[in-house]
Amino acid sequence: MAINLEVPKKFLPLVGQAHQVAEEIFRPVSRKYDREEHTYPKELDMLAALLDGMNDGSDMGGAGAAGVRRRGGGNDGEVRNGSNMSTALGIMELCWGDVGLLLSMPRQGLGNSAIASVANDEQLERFKGKWAAMAITEPEAGSDSAAIRTTAVYDERTDEYILNGEKIYVTSGERADLVVVWATLDRSLGRAAIKSFVVERSNPGLKLDRLEHKLGIRASDTAAFILEDCRVPRANLLGSPEIDVRKGFAGVMQTFDNTRPLVAAMAVGLTRACLEETKRLLEESGVVIDYDRPAQSQSAAAAEYLAMEADYEAARLLTMQATWMADNAKPNSLQASYAKAKAGRTCVDVALRCVRLCGSRGYGEELLLEKWARDGKILDIFEGTQQIQLLIIARQLLGKSSSELK
Amino acid sequence: MSVADRSMGLGLRALGRFAGSDLVDRLGIRKQAEGVVYRATRDGFKAVGAANRIFRQVRGNGNGRAARLRPSASGVFDLTPTDEQQMLQEAFRDFAAERLRPAALRADEATAAPRELLDQANELGLTMLGVPEELGGAVSERSTVTAVLAAEALAHGDMGLAVAALAPAGVATALSLWGDADQQATYLPPLVSEDVPAAALALMEPRALFDPFALRTTARIDGADYVLDGVKSLVPRATEADLLVVAAEIAGHGPGLFLVEGGTPGLLAKPAPAMGVRAAATGEVLLDGVRLPARALIGDGAPEVYAECVRRARLAWCALAVGTARAVLDYVIPYVNERVAFGEPISHRQAVAFTISNIAIELDGMRLATLRAASRADMGKDFGREVALARQLCSEKGAAIGSDGVQLLGGHGYIKEHPVERWYRDLRAVGLAEGALLV
Repeated sequence: MAINLEVPKKFLPLVGQAHQVAEEIFRPVSRKYDREEHTYPKELDMLAALLDGMNDGSDMGGAGAAGVRRRGGGNDGEVRNGSNMSTALGIMELCWGDVGLLLSMPRQGLGNSAIASVANDEQLERFKGKWAAMAITEPEAGSDSAAIRTTAVYDERTDEYILNGEKIYVTSGERADLVVVWATLDRSLGRAAIKSFVVERSNPGLKLDRLEHKLGIRASDTAAFILEDCRVPRANLLGSPEIDVRKGFAGVMQTFDNTRPLVAAMAVGLTRACLEETKRLLEESGVVIDYDRPAQSQSAAAAEYLAMEADYEAARLLTMQATWMADNAKPNSLQASYAKAKAGRTCVDVALRCVRLCGSRGYGEELLLEKWARDGKILDIFEGTQQIQLLIIARQLLGKSSSELK
Repeated sequence: MSVADRSMGLGLRALGRFAGSDLVDRLGIRKQAEGVVYRATRDGFKAVGAANRIFRQVRGNGNGRAARLRPSASGVFDLTPTDEQQMLQEAFRDFAAERLRPAALRADEATAAPRELLDQANELGLTMLGVPEELGGAVSERSTVTAVLAAEALAHGDMGLAVAALAPAGVATALSLWGDADQQATYLPPLVSEDVPAAALALMEPRALFDPFALRTTARIDGADYVLDGVKSLVPRATEADLLVVAAEIAGHGPGLFLVEGGTPGLLAKPAPAMGVRAAATGEVLLDGVRLPARALIGDGAPEVYAECVRRARLAWCALAVGTARAVLDYVIPYVNERVAFGEPISHRQAVAFTISNIAIELDGMRLATLRAASRADMGKDFGREVALARQLCSEKGAAIGSDGVQLLGGHGYIKEHPVERWYRDLRAVGLAEGALLV
């Protein structure tokens, strides 16, 4: 075996298929659902069925959240390229097509990811084939997810939890079958008391308040919910019902080590879309990009393109590294944050610069560059903002607690 | 008296006469005249190679075919070095920590690598890393990744010393990759011996916006010979060079690489210390009608050989940048944790802590991009694009990391008591250096 950073041979067919989907299904309707916010992209139904089929194969993680469950136990010494990487590679291609549509993919929600990562076998079976959204953020608790106020009170009489509170920014909240809701069993016990609950979308206690109007990813619905005496069976609690103060937040946060590289993959895909389109337009304008000649001896546009492409390469490789570590049961919390931070800021930076380089063609609605510049911004925000990633990284490298390095 | 000595004398005489002249000021030409003076004193070059080592021309044995390394093959994404690479990494890291780092400050001031240190580095077998076993080397497959890991580990100790130690290895690798059987038989045995000659790759030329694909050093064809004229810059250990690989534009053909032995008439050099990598004893090389036999040309002057040489040199600088940038990170982390201001460690401030995070993120990106280019080279895939991207990252992020290193230490970073000011200077080399060494 040798050090090798190419896309694994066995994933090339998957990458090819995902690219075809992006090109032939996503791109043609990309602008349409950007304009018609809150309209359900019905083109996705057939695609979702197709992907369900793809997910049945063990390593072909398809495009979404089904395949991020970690292999338990030790490493047998065999280097593995598994579902974390294949999923990320699929996502890169699909987000080259359209990030909003990827986020709207039935049965591929972040809630599915949480279920796949921490659910027990009975729950896995029971929630199989359902579309699960994720509800963490509240009006008063964003990045500081330990500060959530939604409460869960156990009712012995009915063996149910009663949830009360308000949730916002729930991706696909209206369309999903299930919503994974974060709530606290005891606010005085902090992070350790936060648990996640699977709530049926049809539950009368889960009330849709509104759908947001957004800067980008407008194909993807973003819902706000009110939870009013929302009764959830005890068997719908994910993970342990015990409040383990020593273990703290680790269990819940572990999901993020798996999902952050996937969001990074979204950013990588979108960045490549911007670069390819910009290269095409620059070439039309007579700019030649040469990899051998020093950048400073080429045109300013060519030099800028090379700088952007280099950041793209770094973001892409950091993302692949994080997924490779996950597939090989190596702790990757640090590298997952590297990937998310680098890919998130690169996609915003590159998209905005591409719009400028392409002038009114970049800024206009005839092409998709301006849309990608709007879509991309969310990728530096959700699943942990840029600043949160930097904080996570710094705390680990410096050996600081959250009370020392705030 | 050599040509160089004579011209130096003329230059100084002219200087004495000219500088006191009112005419210069009256005509308002002092600025231009100073330029002329610079050019004249530049002619203070001396013959290269103190000992003028003699290379005995040897015919390649048997079939006359050159030895070539096999490309490696893998279909699996993997970031784990092989067991062998891990052992080498460990040896190089130890050497860098125990020998290079403690010697770095003095070598930087002396603009020279201590002889003893270079001998110790040679004992590690650096020149054998890219040479096939049948030619006395250590490998059977292409070993760009191994060379990158070696350069990274050594540069963690000191970039200047790493360049001095690795420059001969670059020439050995070049001969393994592109040399013909005779060139290999002549030059590789001494390069992989215990007494490694001073050797380097002379690519760069001293002018703004230098482009290695637009050389001004020329190789004129004269009968069966080539005649080389031009100036090369940033050549490691230039004044003691026993063997140089010189890039020159072959008239009517394109750029080519020539083996030039120290002591060849017309080959002159002088020290030209720079902002950084000073321990590498960089110098300028003047080729003043250097006459070479046809056999001095490497790889038949094929354009793809030259392009690959430029790329591999850039890749070597990337590997050095990764090592040195890592040294910065490893140094500033304990510093910001120990340094107290306003009643607590400065690492408790986001402005400081986030700088650390950004160094770590960009460093990891630099490293992965460098490894990817190297592994593609080993697999025999095209790696021009990947080298360009790695170089872009290592140049810009590397220099920024050097700057952040000094900034995090504040005033302490600016004085020589701490190594960060040296890393600041060394890391700037990566975005401008061409040649000197390769992997």
